[in-house]
Amino acid sequence: MFDAYHPASPAVLRSGGLRAGLALLAAITLLGILRGPAAAQVFEPETFTLDNGLQVVVVENRRAPIVTHMLWYKVGSADEPRGQSGIAHFLEHLMFKGTDSLAPGEFSDIVARNGGRENAFTSLDYTAYFQTVAKDRLELMMRNEADRMHNLVLSDEVVVPERDVVLEERSSRTDNDPSSQLWEMVRANLYLHHPYGTPVIGWQQEIEALDTEDALAFYDRWYAPNNAVLVISGDVTVEEVRPLAERYYGVVPHKPVPERIRVQEPQQWAGRRVELSSPRVGQPSVSVAYLAPSFRTSRLAEMPERPYALQVLSEVLGGSTGRLYRSLVIEQGLAAGAGNSYDGSSLDGTHYTFWASPRPGVEVEAVETALRAEIEAALDEGVTADEVREATTRLTAQAIYARDSVGAAPRIIGAALATGSTIEDLEDWPNRIAAVTAEQVTQALRDLIDPARSVTGILRSEPTT
Amino acid sequence: MTEAHQMIHYVTGPHHTTEAPRITLARPVASRALPFLLVLAAFAFALLPRSAVAIDVQRVVSPGGIEAWLIEDNSNPIIALQVVFAGGAAGDPNGKAGVARMAAATLDEGAGELDSQAFQKELADLSIQLGFRAGLDSFSGSLTTLTRNRDRAFDLLRLSLTEPRFDAEPVERIRQQLIVRAQRNAVDPDAIAWSTLMATLYPEHPYGRQRDGTSETLAAVETSDLQTFTAERLARDNLYVGVAGDISPEELGPLLDSTFGALPAEAAPLDLPEIDPSADGGTVVIDQEVPQSVVALGQSGLQRADPDYYTAYAVNYILGGGGFASRLYEEVREKRGLAYGVYSYLQPLDRSALVLSGVATANARVAESLEIIRAEWARMAADGPTAEELTNAKTYLTGSFPLRFDSTGSLADILAGMQFESLGIDYLDRRNNYIEAITLEDAKRVAATLYKPEELTAVVVGQPENVEATRAAPDGS
Repeated sequence: MFDAYHPASPAVLRSGGLRAGLALLAAITLLGILRGPAAAQVFEPETFTLDNGLQVVVVENRRAPIVTHMLWYKVGSADEPRGQSGIAHFLEHLMFKGTDSLAPGEFSDIVARNGGRENAFTSLDYTAYFQTVAKDRLELMMRNEADRMHNLVLSDEVVVPERDVVLEERSSRTDNDPSSQLWEMVRANLYLHHPYGTPVIGWQQEIEALDTEDALAFYDRWYAPNNAVLVISGDVTVEEVRPLAERYYGVVPHKPVPERIRVQEPQQWAGRRVELSSPRVGQPSVSVAYLAPSFRTSRLAEMPERPYALQVLSEVLGGSTGRLYRSLVIEQGLAAGAGNSYDGSSLDGTHYTFWASPRPGVEVEAVETALRAEIEAALDEGVTADEVREATTRLTAQAIYARDSVGAAPRIIGAALATGSTIEDLEDWPNRIAAVTAEQVTQALRDLIDPARSVTGILRSEPTT
Repeated sequence: MTEAHQMIHYVTGPHHTTEAPRITLARPVASRALPFLLVLAAFAFALLPRSAVAIDVQRVVSPGGIEAWLIEDNSNPIIALQVVFAGGAAGDPNGKAGVARMAAATLDEGAGELDSQAFQKELADLSIQLGFRAGLDSFSGSLTTLTRNRDRAFDLLRLSLTEPRFDAEPVERIRQQLIVRAQRNAVDPDAIAWSTLMATLYPEHPYGRQRDGTSETLAAVETSDLQTFTAERLARDNLYVGVAGDISPEELGPLLDSTFGALPAEAAPLDLPEIDPSADGGTVVIDQEVPQSVVALGQSGLQRADPDYYTAYAVNYILGGGGFASRLYEEVREKRGLAYGVYSYLQPLDRSALVLSGVATANARVAESLEIIRAEWARMAADGPTAEELTNAKTYLTGSFPLRFDSTGSLADILAGMQFESLGIDYLDRRNNYIEAITLEDAKRVAATLYKPEELTAVVVGQPENVEATRAAPDGS
């Protein structure tokens, strides 16, 4: 299929536009975004910790003789040394370049020959590697993944071409796409001081300067069993996993890993506005992003219910029956799409974004005005108990869909544990969502909407000449 | 969008295209994040056995004679249904490209007594996921519901298929959304590359049109066109139904009648001629000011029913189909660092077939990348794969097959696709045998006839250096 070729698909066609693509996967991944945690008694994970500090989580799913083996390191782009943006992601690429016992690419060849699928990804707060294989291949995956946890071998010969690959990746993701370019600027302005303002892939000139030594230094500093979480889901029991984990991961030495100390945002005094106009913009848009608390920062601030209230808010306002789409797209007919998004799963503070995209012939400013008016209306009136009840019902139902997939569990669990949440938080998620009140949602919105802590992004189409 | 760079993968390239039922084909246009959509990782998750033996596919025939294939699985209180109708966007009337796509987006915008918002609200409140999509050769709908809302979910599907309202407000709203998307595609290098390639390969055929329409053709679509589409295309004789999850054959039977029984018995004939893609080869260059050129390549391929299809599929895996393991990947990415992704895949169509390939690389490096791809194309044609490559391809293709069944929804999708492609109800058991049976001799023979470097047409969008355009872009691009 054509769709298959494209990097980083699928996009979730949520909120607004063309809902036809919204299917099960979207529901699962949406849960992952909104997440926290998935449902109580959804995954029923079991966990233990090896002597060297590696936490192991096992989720049984007996539907098929298949396992997903996923190793998470608690390090992401926000942990990079200043001036070396992109090193976390670059190292992720280089983890495929061999060890003392495996030649460059050999691990991948082994996975392929065994009919497995694999990949890896880097985010602000974590880096993860995974394979999905037949259950009898699990041991092989564990052996090789544990091997590269402490035996990575790098040389300029493999590092230099891979750096070019990453530069091309940056071009594909950002430089070729005005909406991505604008979003890079929105983030950079939203986080004045915190490293979340730096793109995960890195700034171009800093990627260009990364070398073998930088990669190995980052690896030596952060890659250790005591800084990782191993999540395995599928047709396997904790009794089967434990001896294998001890045998392969247990021999990797514990080592001191630095605390993740990050600078925090200072007081922000003024709202910001960034604009990008280009002939390559076919779809203008406006977004307004506000700094918002995450699960972890809310707990630290002793407002643990806050992110759950924001998830409910996002459900009340978003989607094809939420306030934003109904008002801007259906009733006023100004926008082609409108929605909002919030992801509370980050180690430090995060953001909440409202957006809209004008219909042809409508100025982006008119849509911006309407979007702000809708937010104002919600601030004035608050949300209703009915809206909250409907939203919480829908959200908790999504937890059942999450249970459907072998792969959802390790993804949700790993991300939560890497950003300071616990398995108990995850399992309790539906209960906490169900407990959210209209007052909490309204208060969460009122605390959120502070113009001085926001960035407005305008993407404008420029006529071709 | 909003999190576009939050999570990035080591490799994203083609997730291995799988030969089996691929009914949702055809937009040669990346669905890359509309602004503000979330770009998410494609995870390969598995649910089904490595050995397909354990899969029990049941044929369910309703009292009224409607057939569905079912995999019953009671491990979660979820039911998924996939319905496929033969005939898709390639059948859109001339000058009205986008009708099928627009129908797909409006069927769930009100039906029966429910207007758009009432219909959508009921779906949302009951956590029912219902959506339609138009392929080039097929039109499909997917339904996923919690068991507890099963009957209402099937009823909403019935309403959308048999009593869509096409009220003025949603029709206009969806039209505007599609026009916005068309405008976006018109300036997106990726979308331009693929639509130009299709237009170049099929200059006189609906396969060469913008499947989702243009601003002009979308503006020309009338409500009566949508009504005609549903009346002519959504019928019982071109209907394929796959169901998976928490439902028994006894429960499913009557639901098939109540859901699909009111559809007309026969679809209108579809007048779509067989066509060979242009074999002229050459290179089209579309000037666009971007730092990285996007390249789409294509030539003729094999149809799904071709006896050599599996062999070609394995050979393509070796050339450019494996995410981390292919000749193109090795030569373009690993050895030279020319691109983040490079790939090739087979694209069978109902009335034609293609082999397609793609790469995106800095303007200064396009020429080298193109040269390598063409050289690998020629090398595969000349020598075929090695014995070791074929062995590795077989172990991958047989071993990974079950990994496709990643959710209840994908099971239903595959069951419907198996019927659409006439693969037989025991296909899941047989499929790996087809792969195992490929001989090196076959592989070399098929490679020699399949790959035609001189017929490989390339479209480059960007400002490539030292790339000579040998032919003009087709009209309208």
